[in-house]
Amino acid sequence: MEVFVAKSSAIAEGQRVLIDHKGQKIGVLRVNGALHAFLNLCPHQGGPACEGMLIHKIEEVIDEDKRYLGMRFHDRDVHMVCPWHGWEFNVETGASAADGKHKLKRYKTIEKEGDVYVVV
Amino acid sequence: MFYRSSTSAFDMSVESFNSAEHLENARKQADERGLDKVLVVDIDAHHYETDNFKEILELIEDPVLRQSATNMFAYKGPGALLIDQPGYQDGAGRITRYMERKHEKFPADGTPREVAQTLRWMDAMSVDYACIFPTPMLFMGLHPQVEVEVGLSRAYNRWLVEKVLPANKRLRSMLYLPFNDPEATYQMVKEFGGKPGVIGFMVVSTRYKPVYDNAYMKTYALLEEMGLPLSFHASYNWNDQLISLTNRFITAHALGFTLFNAVHCANWVINGLPERFPKLKTIWIESGLAWVPWLMQRLDNDYCMRTSEAPALKRLPSDYMREMYYTSQPMEMVNNRKALEVTFEMINAETQLLYSSDYPHWDMDLPSTIWDLDFLSEQAKRNILGLNAKRLFNLDTSDRF
Repeated sequence: MEVFVAKSSAIAEGQRVLIDHKGQKIGVLRVNGALHAFLNLCPHQGGPACEGMLIHKIEEVIDEDKRYLGMRFHDRDVHMVCPWHGWEFNVETGASAADGKHKLKRYKTIEKEGDVYVVV
Repeated sequence: MFYRSSTSAFDMSVESFNSAEHLENARKQADERGLDKVLVVDIDAHHYETDNFKEILELIEDPVLRQSATNMFAYKGPGALLIDQPGYQDGAGRITRYMERKHEKFPADGTPREVAQTLRWMDAMSVDYACIFPTPMLFMGLHPQVEVEVGLSRAYNRWLVEKVLPANKRLRSMLYLPFNDPEATYQMVKEFGGKPGVIGFMVVSTRYKPVYDNAYMKTYALLEEMGLPLSFHASYNWNDQLISLTNRFITAHALGFTLFNAVHCANWVINGLPERFPKLKTIWIESGLAWVPWLMQRLDNDYCMRTSEAPALKRLPSDYMREMYYTSQPMEMVNNRKALEVTFEMINAETQLLYSSDYPHWDMDLPSTIWDLDFLSEQAKRNILGLNAKRLFNLDTSDRF
C-alpha cells in the first residue's frame, strides 16, 4: 500500500517529513540524494529515532604507523541519532552504528511525478 | 534552537519543545503495559537548579557569600559559583532536550515552572512519585571552598523544601548534604530531617572524604534514629588523578560514575558501619548494577584471607551489601541478559532494587526497562518499580492508589 508523504520539493537534502499512518509515525528523509523511510521507534528504549540529528559518521584518523592523529567526519556515511539516548543508525541500512544488530524498521519509498510515497 | 551538524545541509532547528511530545513514545509504552495501574516511584530524577539560581542565591544566609555569589552569577552565570567539569553530557547536541528543556512553555496557572516541567515528564512516563535531585550541584563536593558547598546546599535545600516540594505531593527529595563539612552535615539532617517531602539525605559520592571518619558518626546515628535513609549519588571527576587518564567522556563516565560509589561502599562495609548502625538504610545511586557483584566477589575473597583487617564484620561483606539498596539506572542491558539476571539474584533485586529514571539526563531509563525483563515475576517487577521504595521510605501513596 502506497501512502502519500509529501511533495518531493518538501524533502530536500537533509530534510525529513514525519507522517502518521494508523497510529504509527514514519519518518521519511533524503540523504546523499536518496530517500529513506523508518518507523519512528528506536529499538533501544522506543525513542523517536527519526526526530534526531543527522550527522556524518565520525572516524578516527590513524596513520601508517598506527598512530592516532584525531577524528574526522566520514565523507559519505550518515547517521541518524535517536534524541532520547544518542543511539546512532546508518541511514542507508537502518542498522545501529554500535553493533549493527539492532535495526530500525525500514520502509520502501517511491518518488514519482514530484510526489513521495512510502510503502507500508 | 539551532544545532550545528557535520554539514550545513544537516544543521537542524527545533522550533519548540514539549516534554510530553518528546516522550510520546514513553506514554504509548506505559499504555500498552498498563503501567498507570502500577505504582512507579522514581528514586533518582533530576531538575536543573540553575534554572532558578537567582532565587536560590537569595537564600544564602552568609551575607558575604550571598553578595559575591549574586554578582558572580550576574557576571559569569552559574558556573562562577558551581564547580564544573569538562564533558558533553548532551552528546555534542545529539540529546536535544539538554538545550530544548530550557525553553519549554507552560500555562501561567501559578504552578512553579520547576514543578510543571517535572510533572509533565512524570505523567508521560507513568511515574507516580519522583525523588528529585539537583544537576550542576553534583560536582560541589569538589569545590575547594568548603563554605561554598555548605552555604549553597543550605540555600538549595531551603528553596526545595519551601518552594518546590510543597507544590505537589508527588515530588520528594533526599536532601543534599555538604559532606565536606561534617558538622554542617549533621546540622542539615537535624534541621531538615522532619520537613514534609524529605524522605532521606543524599551525599554526592564524588569527593575525597572517607565515610568512616569519626566526625560522621553522630550524623549516621541521627539518621538511624530518625529512620531516614542515607544515599550516595554518583557523578564523576575528570580531573581525578586516575580518571584523568581517560581521554573520552564515555570512559570518564563509565568508570567515574562507578568508582567513587565502589570506594565508599567498600569503606562502609569493611569498617563495619552496618554493624554500628544496623537500622540505617543505605542506597547507592546511579552507578548501574554491574559493579555490585564485582565488589561483592572481590571483598568476600579478600575478607576470607584477611579477616583480621575487618574485625567488625560478623558476616561476609556481600551479606551486608545484599541488605543495601541500589537504584536501577543506568542498567547494563545491552547484550548479556544472563549477566543481568545473575546480578539481580546477587543483589536480592526483588527486595533491594529501586527503579530510577535519571530523567532528563542522557542515559535515562524508562519503567519499561524493568517491566519488560522476562526473568522477573510480575510481583518482582511491581516491587522494583515502586513497592520496594514505598516500604523503604514508608511512603503514603493514598493520593495515587
